[in-house]
Amino acid sequence: MTGLGSLVRLALRRDRLLLAVWIVGMVGITLSTASTVGELYGTAESRQQLGATAGSNPAFLAMLGPLHDASTTGGVLAWRWGVFGALLVGLMSMFLVTRHTRAEEETGRLELIGSAVVSRHAPLAAGVVVAVLASTVIGLLVGLGLAGLGQSSAGAFAFGLAFASVGWVFAGVGAVSAQLSESARTANSISGGVLGVAYLLRAVGDAAGDQGPTWLTWLSPLGWLEHTRAFAGDRYWVLLLPVALFAVLLVVASTLVTKRDIGGGLVPTRLGPARAPGSLTSAFGLAWRLQRGMLIGWTISLFVLGAVYGSVARGVEEMLEANPALEKIISQMGGTGAIVDVYLASIIGIIALFSAIYVVQSTLRLRAEETEFRAEPVLATPVSRFAWVGSHLLFATAGTAVVLAAAGVGAGLVHGARVGDVGGQVVRLAGAALTHVPAVWVVAGIALVLFALVPKLSSASWAVIVVFLVLGQLGPLLQLDQWAMDLSPFTHIPKVPGADVTAGPLLWLTAIAAALVAVGFAGFRRRDVG
Amino acid sequence: MTAAISVSGLVKTFGPTRALDGLELTVRQGEVHGFLGPNGSGKSTTIRVLLGLLRADAGSASLLGGDPWRDTAELHRRLAYVPGDVSLWPNLTGGEVIDLLGRLRGGLNEKRRAELLERFELDPRKKGRTYSKGNRQKVALVAALASDVELLILDEPTSGLDPLMEAVFQEAVNELRGERTVLLSSHILAEVEALCDRVSIIRNGRTVETGTLADLRHLTRTSVSAELVGAPNGLADLPGVHDLRVEGLRVRFEVDTDHLDTALRALVGSGVRTLTSQPPTLEELFLRHYEDELPAGEVKGAMSS
Repeated sequence: MTGLGSLVRLALRRDRLLLAVWIVGMVGITLSTASTVGELYGTAESRQQLGATAGSNPAFLAMLGPLHDASTTGGVLAWRWGVFGALLVGLMSMFLVTRHTRAEEETGRLELIGSAVVSRHAPLAAGVVVAVLASTVIGLLVGLGLAGLGQSSAGAFAFGLAFASVGWVFAGVGAVSAQLSESARTANSISGGVLGVAYLLRAVGDAAGDQGPTWLTWLSPLGWLEHTRAFAGDRYWVLLLPVALFAVLLVVASTLVTKRDIGGGLVPTRLGPARAPGSLTSAFGLAWRLQRGMLIGWTISLFVLGAVYGSVARGVEEMLEANPALEKIISQMGGTGAIVDVYLASIIGIIALFSAIYVVQSTLRLRAEETEFRAEPVLATPVSRFAWVGSHLLFATAGTAVVLAAAGVGAGLVHGARVGDVGGQVVRLAGAALTHVPAVWVVAGIALVLFALVPKLSSASWAVIVVFLVLGQLGPLLQLDQWAMDLSPFTHIPKVPGADVTAGPLLWLTAIAAALVAVGFAGFRRRDVG
Repeated sequence: MTAAISVSGLVKTFGPTRALDGLELTVRQGEVHGFLGPNGSGKSTTIRVLLGLLRADAGSASLLGGDPWRDTAELHRRLAYVPGDVSLWPNLTGGEVIDLLGRLRGGLNEKRRAELLERFELDPRKKGRTYSKGNRQKVALVAALASDVELLILDEPTSGLDPLMEAVFQEAVNELRGERTVLLSSHILAEVEALCDRVSIIRNGRTVETGTLADLRHLTRTSVSAELVGAPNGLADLPGVHDLRVEGLRVRFEVDTDHLDTALRALVGSGVRTLTSQPPTLEELFLRHYEDELPAGEVKGAMSS
């Protein structure tokens, strides 16, 4: 394939920092989680206890998957971190492919490269090679690291390769979605949707119980990771499934490449209206037009996620009341109180972190508009900088409430139907979800300040979410000091439902968010645009 | 006549690069003003300062009597801007963008909108991502030309347009002559010659020449070739005559436009049989400004940037 080598080198050169951060980050989090799991469940007895409780609990099954074998630290790690870690590897992989294929095409840079001596398939292949390389390096380093920590090598590499295999599959998914759509944003949304479906399929399958559709887990690349049974049988042959799917996706993508023009998608764009609707009259109307697709997508996704998590809440109550040991584990993840409420509070905490992804995406739309030179023509009209930033920020902040409420309503509807109190649970869980709004607003404020003061570092907002994830969600597991966990705004949100809601933290978090927004506005008023 | 745009001593630096270095620019009310300079000379930077998108480091800029940085929104009500590289929202149609930009500026002239769409042969129903560069440019042009504003700021507005559309653009600007003030940055010399009342030429962030085209022509040489009745007399000693070549009764020379008159008198003194004179072309005029050797200090600056 002519030109592949040069394109891969170009991509590695462009992404040297990004790739280093992903690889060091993923391997680092995995190994540090492994060593804390080792300390926390140091005795075979404590692990047995965990296995007896967590391994059979539908809530944990839905969130994390089955705990196949609790007799080793590796087995506990594979359960605690496998699915979530693999989700991140999948995300990395699909982002990398889009970044080097459709995004390059959209900006027109690929045309420049396409006119040079490179074969038609080379740019796509280069993107896939980079993603596969990154996933495989992460997988191998995780394997080496775990083996170095004294776990069985067979298990360590089964786990590492299962991690990597999710990256391979989503490199393939990214390669296909890059062909389907004309914009990188849409390509990422398609791949992200596939990743979401993969998570839900295995969540429903894992939580289904013996009578239910457990076969669903065999339809999901994340389910395959569980079926690999790292540290619990090490079924390497299961990895043939992701490899086969990866191959099929590559064939599909490379066939699609030959069937379309450079810059085009597979679906031809239809003609649209010749006149703008009445709603498209102001900066606000434009922001609505640009943000609504993302908001609707997130609202539906979090509603479904809430419903799936909500569907297993009642099972928690039934199966866990007899297991005080597990209560201790759950309370590390989120709160105290009645066990169902503890579970609900912890899933709402996770959903709040998802909504932080929405708020960063929505706020960084400002930066995308600026770098793609679409802010300039708008700011050359009487639209003030304040109105332009404000209209996008309004969707970010109000949208946070919408997506969180949707998740709470989804959980409330399903859980309510099972306990016979739909109205009550909907209000209760929507309220609980909305309690997290001030913390998410702080994230929006940080993203806005970065955009306004150091626009080139706007994407550091994503790192902020990861830091809050590590501090807030993994903090108790990693046994961090309280002051470190307190740095995350999510730590200060009452663990609702269950805990008492005090207005204090909600008010001062809102005040911090407001102060950040004010700094953002003032900073953007003073800086150069473009 | 009052100045629509008046810029003096403007400085703008980006890190080590000095993009504008004491730029001067005056655009009179109602004129079409050509803004020329080689790539990277600071034209777009100047325009962005005038639009309040960039903040100048030093110097003064006044736009329609206001401060472009402070009175941004107020001033933008009275102007329309066409960027050099128009980027459209992929999901919005051309028609929607035209309406949006028009409405943001406070309304469009509906009749002109329809008429311009027809003249530019632009299909407003296509999505932003499907337009070619030229068609994206047309979307921004229609939105700007159909707005009832006092000032048009056009940054290389016809890059990407075919010659037919270039003619449509010139026609449309000519129709607005007198009603609107236009600042037109351009590399297309025929366009500048056809449209502009006055021009400013900048290089390395500094204004090197400004005036009417006629004024600028005076700064260059006319080439003359003639067949004389008698031997040429004293031509070589005349001021402003260069590259004189005499072959018997034929003479060829270049003369500074200011000294054309004296040179012609000298020719007439010998008796003229045939005469061709070539006025300086705009290309020569601009190339002279574009190609000038960089002074030593600036070469260093340009290389470090």
